[in-house]
Amino acid sequence: MSGHPPSTYEPKTGIERWLDTRLPIVRLAADLMDFPTPKNLNYWWTFGGILAVCLVTQIVTGVILAMHYVPNADMAFNSVEHIMRDVNYGWLIRYIHANGASMFFLAVYIHMARGMYYGSYKAPREVLWLLGCVIYLLMMATAFMGYVLPWGQMSFAGAVVITNLFSAFDQVIPGLGTAITTWLWGGFAVGGATLNRFFSLHYLMPFMIAGVVVLHIWALHVPGNNNPIGVEVKSKEDTLPFHPYYTVKDGFAIVVFFILFAWFVFFAPEALGHVDNQVMANPLVTPAHIVPEWYFLPFYAILRSIPQKLFGVLAMFGAIAVLFVLPWIDTSKVRSMRYRPTARIFFLMFVAAAIGLGWCGGKEPDDMVITMGHTATGDPTGFSVVWFSRILALYYFGYFAILFFLGLREHPLPVPANISTPVLGGAAMPAGSAAQAEKKG
Amino acid sequence: MVDTANADSPLPDTPNRRDFIHIVAVAGAVGGAAALAWPLIDQMNPSADTLALATVEYDFSKVALGQQVSINWRGKPVFIRHRTPAEIAAAVADDHASMPDPQTDEARVKPGKSEWLVLIGVCTHLGCVPGFGGGEYHGWLCPCHGSVYDTSGRIRHGPAPKNLAVPNYAFTGPTKVKIG
Repeated sequence: MSGHPPSTYEPKTGIERWLDTRLPIVRLAADLMDFPTPKNLNYWWTFGGILAVCLVTQIVTGVILAMHYVPNADMAFNSVEHIMRDVNYGWLIRYIHANGASMFFLAVYIHMARGMYYGSYKAPREVLWLLGCVIYLLMMATAFMGYVLPWGQMSFAGAVVITNLFSAFDQVIPGLGTAITTWLWGGFAVGGATLNRFFSLHYLMPFMIAGVVVLHIWALHVPGNNNPIGVEVKSKEDTLPFHPYYTVKDGFAIVVFFILFAWFVFFAPEALGHVDNQVMANPLVTPAHIVPEWYFLPFYAILRSIPQKLFGVLAMFGAIAVLFVLPWIDTSKVRSMRYRPTARIFFLMFVAAAIGLGWCGGKEPDDMVITMGHTATGDPTGFSVVWFSRILALYYFGYFAILFFLGLREHPLPVPANISTPVLGGAAMPAGSAAQAEKKG
Repeated sequence: MVDTANADSPLPDTPNRRDFIHIVAVAGAVGGAAALAWPLIDQMNPSADTLALATVEYDFSKVALGQQVSINWRGKPVFIRHRTPAEIAAAVADDHASMPDPQTDEARVKPGKSEWLVLIGVCTHLGCVPGFGGGEYHGWLCPCHGSVYDTSGRIRHGPAPKNLAVPNYAFTGPTKVKIG
């Protein structure tokens, strides 16, 4: 890891010296622990550690569940019931795994929002950001396929809708979409062959994620961490060793996060699920109101907001694709939005739009946000969810255009010369205090 | 490796035996990888036993007027609907109305059998199974994204681009239909 300072590890015992000349793995761990980390990281920076623990939790519980689960269309649903009722602590392991997916996404959305607010995607950290986007894509694919495995009604409808997104390619080249969906399904509809391959890939992908996480951490350790003021580390005075300072800080945050996690597992294990998934998959009936898991709702709302199939699908994928080019869209030289008061307002509106889209995704398109009257047949009229999601989707994409033009024109606040100045200046950090900190320095 | 080869060669600009070996090795590796990739990709297409499930026969003598059954054909629902005269009249009346995928009702049924409507019960948007009786045309309404079909299974509005598909089928007897 080329970004690391010269190693300070000194093997103390004969065994360590012997190993160090053959496989310097203890040196690697020691250098990682000693990694110079900006001393001003706040709690938003603890989500990387939280996510690592989430991944390990999912892999451990998932490997265990695979010991009891049967990936067969006739037996999958009952094998999940078997896990819930008969396997020792099966209910606990499955609830950890199912809610763990939601916790994983909660943490990753905060982690991404932190990167967007503090400009962590900007040079020289573009590859770090891209690898994060790849992890996010893999997470979505893994979560989607995992949700199919219990083979309930909602699992089945989810599999049908998501795989059918590719049928939109029929509108580009007739037959192409059908060829892709048939290939994905291994049949003429979602069925046993689909379930089997989803199980195989659901088992594989977490290990691919783990591989990309290694690259992500490598790409982090070359330039080092960004930090809340977005000013690069200038000297040793600006940093602290990762251990014990950030192992303890991350550890505390992980404990707090896992209290929330445990609350879901023990007190509201089905709160994020859907009752329709307690009914075994039936290809002849689709539940009256299908919704994806909460972490997909914003994208689902974007899909539904466009009444044309191909463009709806393209907009949905575009909402994710645009994240990949974010480092080249943002033209501002200032990283942290702490010094970009205008950008900060647009960013907060972006977060609000994403949450609003999530709310829309959980509603029926014809539900009303504001009811103004009723039609002759008694249906409400007014400002509907589909129109609300159109406005929010427009802002979602508009935000990236705003970032491009804003960076060319805005007047950011003065940025501190180095990390130690605002830290040692003693000023309260947030909103507007930056200029003051500058003066004190 | 190439540099070393050229440095050792007395005539660096002419292709020598080592260049030939490189070209053959790379071409062989690329060709071999492509040949091996196809079986790995094609194995995901429907297997022979799935393809063999080509037809299904159904006795519709118990489907009363105004009723509908869903049967499973190749893993997909097929609707066999015994239409009422009012449903047929509504469908025929709209034959020339503006719609995304124009088609007459007559083209969607077998001659002289317009009371039997046979459809693949898969929404042409994202594949959900539409329910009968919903929407302002009193045909099918898809629960997923609100596509509205009329009593002929034609898309009237919503995100679906095409009418509900009519499978290949034939009446094999007075009360029997063969699908596929």
